[in-house]
Amino acid sequence: MDIFIQQIINGLVLGSIYALVALGYTMVYGIMGLINFAHGEVVMIGAMVALTVIKLLANSGLPVFVIILLALAAAAVVCMAVGFSIERIAYRPLRNAPKLAPLITAIGVSIVLQNLAMLIWGRNYHAFPPILPTSAHDVFGATITTLQVAIVLIAALMMAGLIVLIHRTRLGRAMRATSENPSIAQLMGVNINQIISITFIIGSALAAVAGLMVSANYSIAHYYMGFMLGLKAFTAAVLGGIGNIAGAVLGGILLGLIESLGAGYIGDLTGGFLGSHYQDIFAFFVLICVLIFRPSGLVGEKVSERA
Amino acid sequence: MSYSRIPSMTLAIAAAVAMIGCGQKEEPKPAPAPAPVAAPVPPPPPPKPEVTVQLGHVAPLTGPQAHLGKDNENGARMAIDELNAKGLEIGGAKIKFVLVAEDDQADPKQGTIVAQKLVDAKVSGVIGHLNSGTTIPASKIYFDAGIPQISGSATNPTYTKQGFATAFRVMANDVQQGKVLGGYATKQLAGKTVAIIDDRSAYGQGLADEFEKAVVASGGKVVTREFTTDKATDFAAILTKIKSKKPDVVFYGGMDAQGGPMTKQMKSLGLKAKFLTGDGGCTPEYIKLAGAASEGQYCSLPGVPLDQMPGGKAFGDAFNAKYGQIQLYAPYVYDAVMVMVDSMKRANSVESAKFLPEIGKSDYQGVTTKIQFDDKGDLKGGAISLYQVKDGKWEYRETIGGSVVAEVKEAVKEAATAVKDAAVATGDAAKDAMKDAAKEGAKVAADVSKDAAAAKAAVEKK
Repeated sequence: MDIFIQQIINGLVLGSIYALVALGYTMVYGIMGLINFAHGEVVMIGAMVALTVIKLLANSGLPVFVIILLALAAAAVVCMAVGFSIERIAYRPLRNAPKLAPLITAIGVSIVLQNLAMLIWGRNYHAFPPILPTSAHDVFGATITTLQVAIVLIAALMMAGLIVLIHRTRLGRAMRATSENPSIAQLMGVNINQIISITFIIGSALAAVAGLMVSANYSIAHYYMGFMLGLKAFTAAVLGGIGNIAGAVLGGILLGLIESLGAGYIGDLTGGFLGSHYQDIFAFFVLICVLIFRPSGLVGEKVSERA
Repeated sequence: MSYSRIPSMTLAIAAAVAMIGCGQKEEPKPAPAPAPVAAPVPPPPPPKPEVTVQLGHVAPLTGPQAHLGKDNENGARMAIDELNAKGLEIGGAKIKFVLVAEDDQADPKQGTIVAQKLVDAKVSGVIGHLNSGTTIPASKIYFDAGIPQISGSATNPTYTKQGFATAFRVMANDVQQGKVLGGYATKQLAGKTVAIIDDRSAYGQGLADEFEKAVVASGGKVVTREFTTDKATDFAAILTKIKSKKPDVVFYGGMDAQGGPMTKQMKSLGLKAKFLTGDGGCTPEYIKLAGAASEGQYCSLPGVPLDQMPGGKAFGDAFNAKYGQIQLYAPYVYDAVMVMVDSMKRANSVESAKFLPEIGKSDYQGVTTKIQFDDKGDLKGGAISLYQVKDGKWEYRETIGGSVVAEVKEAVKEAATAVKDAAVATGDAAKDAMKDAAKEGAKVAADVSKDAAAAKAAVEKK
């Protein structure tokens, strides 16, 4: 039983990480209908910047909490700048081009960012300095670290914050208007260039948070880490219904649970016929099934609810 | 005191000369300080024809294993720079080596593409690739083109089993390594139950298969076999499952980028088994990534520790000065280049077809081990060394198999005999000493009793 609870916890933590990254995908998609494939790389840059700051300050004698906040602030600023520039350079000139064009520049930007990070931070893996408490809490015989609790909570908080932002604020109303019809929104006095820039900036700030959380949890950062993470988070966003904030979190957590339970139990359930190497296949199989029966994802039904 | 200085001085000068030679490739620097020994300038020799020889090198320079790929390339580059600085002459022509470095992204498909590219570029030989998964498909392309290939790190047995006369490696293969690791897990680590994880790459899977066979053969039990990928970072699910089976030892067949975080996650999940991994995880990077959780864990590496090899330490120091810390395979790749060039020298030709037969006959003392090939192109008598993390560093434990071990065993035997002789000698000495002491004692006692008797007699007289 404790093993089952441990697998659920594993799934929740992994799922929350996917959810944190998926929020960035879903926000940009909700406003612009564009899949920002470079988002995974922005997460990576967030992780790298945060790590650099933490390494610099690790021996400064500042309290751990302050170091983390400073690292997060630095990562957020850099990511916002990167996100803003990506939109300005790679997407804005193509706003009226066919849908495929920005998709291709997105992949291009992702490769450029990856190689840029390789030049700046090198090919080596960076280890996260052990400044966070590693003590584990006991939950019915299973273990969870403080950081993992924080990850789950932060993912939930981010989702709630974004929903409030979009549904309760003036900015949110402008975003929703831009999402529904950019040209009419512009006619009504919404500065859509500004709104789209802000969307990218918020999305990139989320990426910075996600980057810090991922590298802290796995105590590893590498210029290549954004690729797989981005792919999985994108899957999560599609699973939940891309463009829907709650859907991204739901999709992320579901994907995390499927992977974790899949890896943990497939082998025993099939008598060793299928092993844990089928965990990805299992996850994508669920994705295909969901998309066959609900093409817009689990909760991404009504277009007007997007973002 | 002054005598002991001489070797270190020569070393320092040699290192300085090597570095000056190496530095020539970089952008022009201000002229180095004049060398202490002012050599007379030789009269300009008649110009010899200079021949450029291209050597291909392939490793992943991008992607998750880029740090290891670059390390391999640096190893090859160092060999080439040294050879060029020495100025070799083969077949009456001055040889200038050029390294054609390619990136295969650790991807088998890309591996064959760059292999074809190297064949089209007409390289004389190929050093690499890094991964077994890329080396095996590429080896067919080199074989068809008749280009000799020496890998410094591909350990999957299939590579040399295909019957390609062009395929060589300067590292023990996974059969040899898996056997040693399996035995080590069940005997030295006293593992009755073992869990195995591999990354589904040709290397990881191959090593794990051989390990499993060896564990079963030596009486251990494999409780579960789990899988991950060479790009994964989260292992909580499979480790939780492994925890439920309570193994004594967890073995991972794969690279350091996964092995490190895996060890850390084992600890945070409260999985207390010993962690054992192969050469792919035997790096400083592993310790960095696993942090404190790496303490007391084990890995194996073909060959013997660098600082125990003749010339090994000098190589390590020179490499450190030029490229920083050795990651993993750089010394092996360095040897691979040297073996290939050594064959060219013996064949007195840089043509692939001419020096290829010489590679098989190599008998070269490299920095990692003595390199001789069997008829398949595998390293003869490959030794495997085991290491354990102690105080945040890999510490050498023991070497199993291979010719070096035989030598060591011989030495130990001799030492044992010597000790025995010494013991006998000390025994004799002790006996003599005791005899003397006893004699002395007896004498004293006799004197005392004599005195006593005399005293008694005197008393009685009175």
